[in-house]
Amino acid sequence: MVYLTRKAEFSAAHYYHNPQWSAEENQRVFGKCANLNGHGHNYTLEVTVKGEPDAKSGFVIDLKDLKAIMNREVLDVMDHRMLNKEVPEFVTQIPTTENLAISIWKRLEGKLKIARLHRVRVYETPDLFVDFYGEK
Amino acid sequence: MKAYLTRAYLFSASHRLHSDEFSAEKNAEVYGKCNNPHGHGHNYRVEVTVGGQVDATLGMVCDLAELDTFVNNEIIERYSLENLNTLPEFKEVVPTTENLSIEIFNRLRSGFKPAEVTKIRIEETAMNSFEYSAGAELR
Repeated sequence: MVYLTRKAEFSAAHYYHNPQWSAEENQRVFGKCANLNGHGHNYTLEVTVKGEPDAKSGFVIDLKDLKAIMNREVLDVMDHRMLNKEVPEFVTQIPTTENLAISIWKRLEGKLKIARLHRVRVYETPDLFVDFYGEK
Repeated sequence: MKAYLTRAYLFSASHRLHSDEFSAEKNAEVYGKCNNPHGHGHNYRVEVTVGGQVDATLGMVCDLAELDTFVNNEIIERYSLENLNTLPEFKEVVPTTENLSIEIFNRLRSGFKPAEVTKIRIEETAMNSFEYSAGAELR
């Protein structure tokens, strides 16, 4: 089994707001992130897939294909977007980095013809990242 | 107490991705620019992870100087500034970084005795990396 990781970068805006809470409660829980005008990050996405290298090609997956899938399923949808307003799942869900990792997993899951998705890692800033392994 | 130690090493080498089992058209389709007959190169960054009990006296999993000497002699000397396709292990095996990870893992795992080599991670470029741990689940 070999694990292959591809990185990509995207920039997006978001804010944290739970409509079931009062403005004061949102402010208390989310602090500066609750500002409804939003703020942004340069996100780094790392997608790890696993599989045996193909006996003929030596590839676990063709990196071009993985890049194309990541571009189509994630970057085209999220890059330079306001996540809360322009990405459907975040209209009803708070776009925390945890939820972003889960959302990206769901967007990629089932899109790979060969190799299996192993991990989605999303860096919100260089010193903060979330890992999701598809676990329930 | 078991701990894991990771040390990074750098080497530069060239390779060409080409399978004799594919036609010229199929090779071009599968490998794209990497099939260029003249080859191309990378600065590879290899992370070697060893695991073992922390020695009560030394406070170490293994002596880093011993690991450095072994990796330099067995891996860096072998691959640095070489064309990977010319080496015996890649005569029949395409030198993708998947296969390079497995090759380096096997060389270190079987040869390095002071601690168990548990994982190899290779960055081929800043955007691509490969990990091999002989079937152990990665976390």
